[in-house]
Amino acid sequence: MRRQIPLALVFIFGVFMIFQYFVPHESSEWIYEFLLDWIYIIGIFALALGIWSLIRVSVAKIKARKANWGYPIITLVGLFLMILFGFTGYRDGSLGFHFMTAEGLSNPMFRNFFDYILIPIQSTMFALLAFFIASAAYRAFRARNVLASLLLVAALVVMLRFNPYLGPIGPYVADAASWLLNVPNLAAKRAIIIGIGLGMVATALKIILGIERGYMGKG
Amino acid sequence: MKYKSLVILLFIFCAFTLSAAQEDAAPVDTVQVDSILPPAPVSMLTAKDGENDHGHSITLRWALSADDGAGQNSVLSYDVFRWVPFFMDTLQSIGDSLDAAEGAVAEQLRKRRDQAVVMIPQVHKSYPEQGEWRKIGTALSGQASFNDVGVKERESRDYMADHTDYYYRVDAVTADSTVRTASEVVGPVQSYGQLFNTGRIPVFVAVIVFGFLTIFFVVRAKMGTELYVRPLAGIEAVDDAIGRATEMGKPILYVLGLGTAADIGTIASFTILGRVAKRVAEYQTKLIVPCYDPIVMTVAQETVKAAYLDAGRPDDYYEDIVYFVTQSQFAYVAAVNGTMLRELPATNMYMGVFYAESLILAETGALAGSIQIAGTDQVAQLPFFIVACDYTLIGEELYAASAYLGREPILLGSLKAQDYAKAAVIILAALGLLAASLNWTAFINLFSVTS
Repeated sequence: MRRQIPLALVFIFGVFMIFQYFVPHESSEWIYEFLLDWIYIIGIFALALGIWSLIRVSVAKIKARKANWGYPIITLVGLFLMILFGFTGYRDGSLGFHFMTAEGLSNPMFRNFFDYILIPIQSTMFALLAFFIASAAYRAFRARNVLASLLLVAALVVMLRFNPYLGPIGPYVADAASWLLNVPNLAAKRAIIIGIGLGMVATALKIILGIERGYMGKG
Repeated sequence: MKYKSLVILLFIFCAFTLSAAQEDAAPVDTVQVDSILPPAPVSMLTAKDGENDHGHSITLRWALSADDGAGQNSVLSYDVFRWVPFFMDTLQSIGDSLDAAEGAVAEQLRKRRDQAVVMIPQVHKSYPEQGEWRKIGTALSGQASFNDVGVKERESRDYMADHTDYYYRVDAVTADSTVRTASEVVGPVQSYGQLFNTGRIPVFVAVIVFGFLTIFFVVRAKMGTELYVRPLAGIEAVDDAIGRATEMGKPILYVLGLGTAADIGTIASFTILGRVAKRVAEYQTKLIVPCYDPIVMTVAQETVKAAYLDAGRPDDYYEDIVYFVTQSQFAYVAAVNGTMLRELPATNMYMGVFYAESLILAETGALAGSIQIAGTDQVAQLPFFIVACDYTLIGEELYAASAYLGREPILLGSLKAQDYAKAAVIILAALGLLAASLNWTAFINLFSVTS
């Protein structure tokens, strides 16, 4: 019974979602939107579980004095400070707790922490991508065999297409780059996308029909 | 005499100036407003419910005025009118009051509005009394159709009730907006939602055919037919990678990506995680699963728990194998990268939906010296994984991986169906190429899908 009820629910809602795509009627849309609202409701409860998981893992690391146990302290301090600032704010000139309103989001400390700590740190992480692209490109473009050499040449052509110093050969390089992107590259991309599309339908059917139950932990 | 000559001269001067001014004001290629005659009206005006929609829309079509692009060539645009009962103004004023109201007053107004909305079909029956024609849109000259699209939300000002009698007329308008000719009135016409989107018949047929193909091969596989599946290097490497981690006494890091539990890529990843967790439990290796999405975390915890149970080692399972990190993309990357560099896992597995973080994760893993196996259905991220990882499952291979790992015949059956569907797509693509070259529009139209 413990397995049959989830499987029955998956079947019923899975089949509904397939038919919903073909039924434009308002009532079909209404049920679809109603079901999508459940994702938000479940998400909110799951977020509470997630935060609890984060707290538990961090506390366990601090208690066990594992290597770098200072980091979980910073994590917890950051978490609780942002919760505190997010739920407090000024209204009518007095400081107070605001659990169901947006005052917390305009709390200056909340904004300062967000704008001057979180965003710069996130930007720094994103900026690492530039260096990682360079190191990955170095590995990929080493001309070890014929295919790798072809890749190197293709990459050089595509990279040079916006170079303003190529003079009279510039337009030819731009044409070659466009051809590389629009013909062989696009053909390969489309082949992968068609495969993904069919794979998605097959996986969805397997899940709806109860053939694939791996997501329920059946190994 | 002098005086007479002066008057004549003044008259000639005035006439000359007036004539010159008229020439300046009306160049050869402009329309002289005072000479515009009323244009011919549009003909064959029809109004129909909008096709393949949820209702709340009416499509108008007409034959162009004889003076649009021909005849006097005087039609500049078409004004579309709908007959609106005065009652709709009451509804609008309730809406205005509601915007400014709060608390009990707002609640009362909301009730009044709901009661008024129910009366919309009834008040439209009073045509042509107690109402007036109101302009609802404009079509440019040369255009012979107009969609009157309302919204389905009853609380909206643009709400257009279904099953209500609507009346329309179209005016052919000239450069002088007062010079216009109205068409005959068309109506009553009602909007309603369709039960089947005929524009999606090709997709429906494809889903049905593919569904039957999948069931057919699954049944065949159940009956014991041997099915060959080509080896997937990335999946064959999973067992070796788990063995390596066991020998080295180092953990395995499994990253589910940034997808939600509703993404097929993430669902496929759950299945692979289940298989990997079972092997990990059998080998008694450490598994680390940091999660980006709390729902994904909850499902992954259940998956790993069941896998440990399946492997006969429920005591080895603890909840913190799968834990939540954050829902901020780069904060998550920072946390996972930190785990990689501190724990130095023997194997990193990235399976699921990935975005810009794919290369940062994979390059950090490569720097940490881990064996890396990745799989994603995000085409834009595939090159990064291919460059930075040892093995990559490309697109659909991610979905096939669970069937391949489990070697269960019924799961392999669906892979066979996919192969036949791909063969069909290749044949249809070749036929489509031929049809486009030879202009077989009937064949091309068979596959056209509208939204």
